[in-house]
Amino acid sequence: MRDVAVVGFAQSRQVRRTTGTTNGVEMLVPLITGALGELGIAKGDIGFWCSGSSDYLAGRAFSFVSAVDATGPVPPINESHVEMDAAWALYEAWIKIQTGDVDTALIYGFGKSSAGNLRRTLALQLDPYVLAPLWPDSIAIAGLQAQLGIDQGKWSEQAMAEVAVRSRRDAETNPNAQLSGSKDVDSLLAEPYLAQPLRRHDCAPVTDGAAVVVLAAEGRARDLAERPAWISGIAHAVDSAHLGARDLTTSPSTVIAAQRAGIDGVELAELYTPFTHQELLLRSELGLGDGVRITPSGGALAGNPMFAGGLVRIGEAARQISDGAAGRVLAHATSGPALQQNLVCVMEGR
Amino acid sequence: MTVVEPLSAPIELHFDYTRSLGPTLSRFMTGLAGRTVVGGRGSDGTVYVPPLEYDPATGAAITEFVDVADRGEVLSWSWAAEPLPGQPLERPFAWVLVKLDGADTGLLHALDVPSPDAVRTGMRVQARWAAEPAGHIRDIVCFDPETDAATAEPISGLDAVSMMTTPVFLGVQHSASVQETRYLQGLREGRLLGQRCPQCRKVYIPPRGACPVDGVPTEEEVELPDRGTVTTFCIVNVPFLGQRIPPPYVAAYVLLDGADIAFLHLILDCAAEDVRMGMRVEAAWKPREEWEFGLQNITHFRPTGEPDAEYDTFKEHL
Repeated sequence: MRDVAVVGFAQSRQVRRTTGTTNGVEMLVPLITGALGELGIAKGDIGFWCSGSSDYLAGRAFSFVSAVDATGPVPPINESHVEMDAAWALYEAWIKIQTGDVDTALIYGFGKSSAGNLRRTLALQLDPYVLAPLWPDSIAIAGLQAQLGIDQGKWSEQAMAEVAVRSRRDAETNPNAQLSGSKDVDSLLAEPYLAQPLRRHDCAPVTDGAAVVVLAAEGRARDLAERPAWISGIAHAVDSAHLGARDLTTSPSTVIAAQRAGIDGVELAELYTPFTHQELLLRSELGLGDGVRITPSGGALAGNPMFAGGLVRIGEAARQISDGAAGRVLAHATSGPALQQNLVCVMEGR
Repeated sequence: MTVVEPLSAPIELHFDYTRSLGPTLSRFMTGLAGRTVVGGRGSDGTVYVPPLEYDPATGAAITEFVDVADRGEVLSWSWAAEPLPGQPLERPFAWVLVKLDGADTGLLHALDVPSPDAVRTGMRVQARWAAEPAGHIRDIVCFDPETDAATAEPISGLDAVSMMTTPVFLGVQHSASVQETRYLQGLREGRLLGQRCPQCRKVYIPPRGACPVDGVPTEEEVELPDRGTVTTFCIVNVPFLGQRIPPPYVAAYVLLDGADIAFLHLILDCAAEDVRMGMRVEAAWKPREEWEFGLQNITHFRPTGEPDAEYDTFKEHL
């Protein structure tokens, strides 16, 4: 295995609505230019480019191809795309570096969720025979998951509100966050339901945004960064697409990914949890005790750029290493309904 | 630089997905068409409803099918206070995972109750069947709280259902980029507005949010003439749905004078066999009162009669 590290990270402001196009070019150009500029390298120094986005947000086929313009792809570059969160594009780039073909990779993810009705659009990621024809939206499905845990005593509306308060308090020091600051738990619990058992604070906001991460292999990483965030383990796994066949109060795929990635000794975890109860679920599944700092960026509940949100978790966790604030960190990304597919990336300073 | 407010317009997408079902889902959908719910038994005895094609634990094909009841109990629920287009009911309802009697897993559907106070985990519910089931998950209209009344009678002797159709519709607010907006505004005024890349100095029409060579936005506006050169072309001989011009006719790349990228348009007002690389052409505009935000303001390009352009003048743009 080649040692690979995160050496660069840039993200847009997370906002409710941008006036830009759905192909993300306006958001991506300054991020890519900025990330390369900060490392003091040019686009020609990047061996592989990989992106994550979804044409369903844009409502047009091959919208992601237009985004490639932001990389300056002429003359041709070595490039790929996943119709998933860009955390999985990072996984592909990590594999690409393992092949030995390239030493560096730039990963980007973007989503303009405001162009459509996000919670409804996400119904189209479901099984197309028995689920999607009913148009169950993302909040409806999260609500079914939350209610199961409430009924089983695994979490409570009170504990969920505490997650929201912590998230928005943490986001106060995140200049890119869409939401920050908060009422206390009692005030949140006095709010009406959005989709019982979920209140508005239990659900990530609708966000437009983008992010860029740069990876480099041993040999290049130390030239580019003073304190690279070395990836000590990265893995992903997926649960059944059959919603009713899953125990939604657990996340077997997260547990498998964590076992493969090796999470012992992490000091901090950036978890991609677009709903409050999912943070409680993942903490339990991952066995993260009180000593592990959870999502200090504020996380998806403070801003949720679709198809970039998982990459942002990796970038935020890596920054804790490069800033010297932590020695060993966990980043998590999720995709699909109710935490169906999960990726765990563990990074450390050396 | 003046601030350009990007143009924006709604797009409504509609598409009817027609899907073949395969043996497992065919059993399930054929069952629904006859008002019967069919499950599949996994390797450990678990009865999955809807049936899975493959056992999630072992990966083995699931081949044993069992009929289950059309009534059962709520495993979990959430409240749909403002139903979205396409969802099972138009008035507020509960999403439910229902474990039908005889099944071991939850079926996702809607429960028709007036308020969240009327739903709870563990409550008994029964299917409300469509008047004319067709072999689709929506043959179950929704669930109702269980009563003593029987649900609608099953129908027997049906042919196997092998296909299903699901209409999909999405609304998206499409936004043009600032650069495209200037281009479209220009066309509205009968002008062809390109922009120059600040780094490579190439002129793009339409202008771009990112130059594909340099990855930076085009900036400096360049008004281009409505005449240029055919770089390459094809003769369309094949009829197709929605064709507006009887074939044969010519679709060509036209490189406007002063531009560094050609765009696709029609070459008319001459015989198709007379069109050639290097041919000089000019725009045929619609009447001014019909101009919109789009290249359709130019119906086609037509020969100018000038001498052909030298190959060297456009060989970089093929």
